[in-house]
Amino acid sequence: MNTYDRRQLVSRVMLGLCVVCVVVVIAPLLLIIGYLIYQGISSINPALFTQMPKPVGETGGGMANAIAGSLLLLGLASCFGVVVGVMTGIYLAEFGDNRFGFFVRFFSETLNSTPSIVIGIFAYTIIVVPTRHFSALAGAFALGVIMVPIIARTTEDMIRLVPTSLREASLALGVNKWRTIFRVVLRTASPGILTGIMLALARAAGETAPLLFTAFGSRFWTLSVNEPISSLPVQIYTYAISPYEDWHRQAWAGALVLIGIVVLMGLAARFLAAKSSLVRGARRR
Amino acid sequence: MAADSIAKRLKAPAVLARGRLADRAFYTATFIFAGLVLIIVAAIFIELVAMSWPSLIKFGPRFITSTAWDPVARKFGALPLIFGTVVSSTLALLLALPLGLGVAIFLSDIAPSWLKTPVGFLVELLAGIPSVVYGLWGIFVLAPVVMDHLAPWLNRYFGWLPLFKGASYGVGMLTAGLILALMVVPFITSVSREILMTVPRDQREAALALGMTRWEMIRYAVLPYGRVGIIGAAILSLGRALGETMAVTMVIGNTPKISASLFNPAYSMAAAIANEFTEASSPLYLSALIEVGLVLFGVTFIVNALARLLIWRVGGGRKRVRL
Repeated sequence: MNTYDRRQLVSRVMLGLCVVCVVVVIAPLLLIIGYLIYQGISSINPALFTQMPKPVGETGGGMANAIAGSLLLLGLASCFGVVVGVMTGIYLAEFGDNRFGFFVRFFSETLNSTPSIVIGIFAYTIIVVPTRHFSALAGAFALGVIMVPIIARTTEDMIRLVPTSLREASLALGVNKWRTIFRVVLRTASPGILTGIMLALARAAGETAPLLFTAFGSRFWTLSVNEPISSLPVQIYTYAISPYEDWHRQAWAGALVLIGIVVLMGLAARFLAAKSSLVRGARRR
Repeated sequence: MAADSIAKRLKAPAVLARGRLADRAFYTATFIFAGLVLIIVAAIFIELVAMSWPSLIKFGPRFITSTAWDPVARKFGALPLIFGTVVSSTLALLLALPLGLGVAIFLSDIAPSWLKTPVGFLVELLAGIPSVVYGLWGIFVLAPVVMDHLAPWLNRYFGWLPLFKGASYGVGMLTAGLILALMVVPFITSVSREILMTVPRDQREAALALGMTRWEMIRYAVLPYGRVGIIGAAILSLGRALGETMAVTMVIGNTPKISASLFNPAYSMAAAIANEFTEASSPLYLSALIEVGLVLFGVTFIVNALARLLIWRVGGGRKRVRL
């Protein structure tokens, strides 16, 4: 075998190995999704969405309180996360090309990579400790903090994509800067910003660790922000580590619902991004 | 005269002044919210230090060197937890780095364009699966496979290594490392893919023009160019793995012991907090758990700062590469 053939062979083998890597990575994904559907689909029934958990030993029951709790937590978390995230994003894009902006950006990324359980401890120390009880509010605060950096980053990126000419046209007509930002810049960037919000929600929806000792969990129906509240991920965790067969079955069903919610949000984010003329324009460039 | 009266009638200066005031107010509002992000990060650090103060005082540096994690005897040494976190994350990184890099190379240089989008989407989907679902799958599917097939096989052929001694009960360091590897692959892939995309086309074409094969082009022209960024991607993923909680908690076995064999159950910092926080019966216990959180926060902070500086450096400021 001459040098040329050997080099070609090495090239083929190495490129082939890259393809093997793809297969090795994709296969577990398909296995997880497939197994989830296989185990969960038979337990997806109206009871899962409408009934409360049954006491230990009785089969049946559902996760209605956990699903409602998750939605409440996400709603409350968005109130905090969206406002802080979008405003921070506006600051970074419009006024952030200075030292302070650099620090905000750096710390926002730091927050993004802070383990979610540490953020849970933080919410515990500043809400649960003073009020002396677990509450939905504490859980929502933890999720909100997790959402902030994701939203801030996408907002900044999207605002930066808005063409300067659009901004200048508005300013030239005598419109104030803040009104230009709200009426022209934000409106143009809104599909992109919504994408960021959806991504943040998808991330927050699956978070378990920060809820363990903030929202805690509950076996009852409650929508009070001042009481412990159940959530889908925590319920799945509790059921998964329990010794009961019927709870395992429900954990799989719950996980399937959770994956469904997360994937739907991810798809919505992609759809919004695809619709956004800004993102399309940026891609073409 | 006429212009003056029109201006007076329009109250132009007043309108302008009000506009300027509104602009200032708006700027201040965005500034405050941006500042809030800094305050949150600072507050996390301050709260963690304040709440772990009793433990910081009582154990001092022994906290991270002592191997006794025994809540009943009120002894708190976090070394077994740190050991478990570091070993499981390192194991994950060793497995995930070549895999993730392979996928990134596939996506940037090998895949035909019709295949890029679906493969990219699937890898993103892998990143989107919630940690607790990984854990659920880990307990019921991966752990039995490790116990019945992978561990005995490793033991038979590599049993002479202390790493693969003894029998596996399914849950343990190895299973945790495998699950973690799966969870960080998407991060390595997406960051290194971005990095590889920043390698100029000229660089590739020059390599091919010199008569290199495609692999030689990747090996000698593309990878060296992106080396710093790829190291950054690896460190960033390490940061992710260190802080990962639920999946690890569910499969690592939750036993605060240091052992050489990867088959044995172990513990991690995040898992200890998740498991024991609500059961902490004494203020000292709680304080020790929060100190574990402080150590975790410190370690991930350093690791991530390092990674980001590397990536920003090669990414040409913050414009091209963000994760």
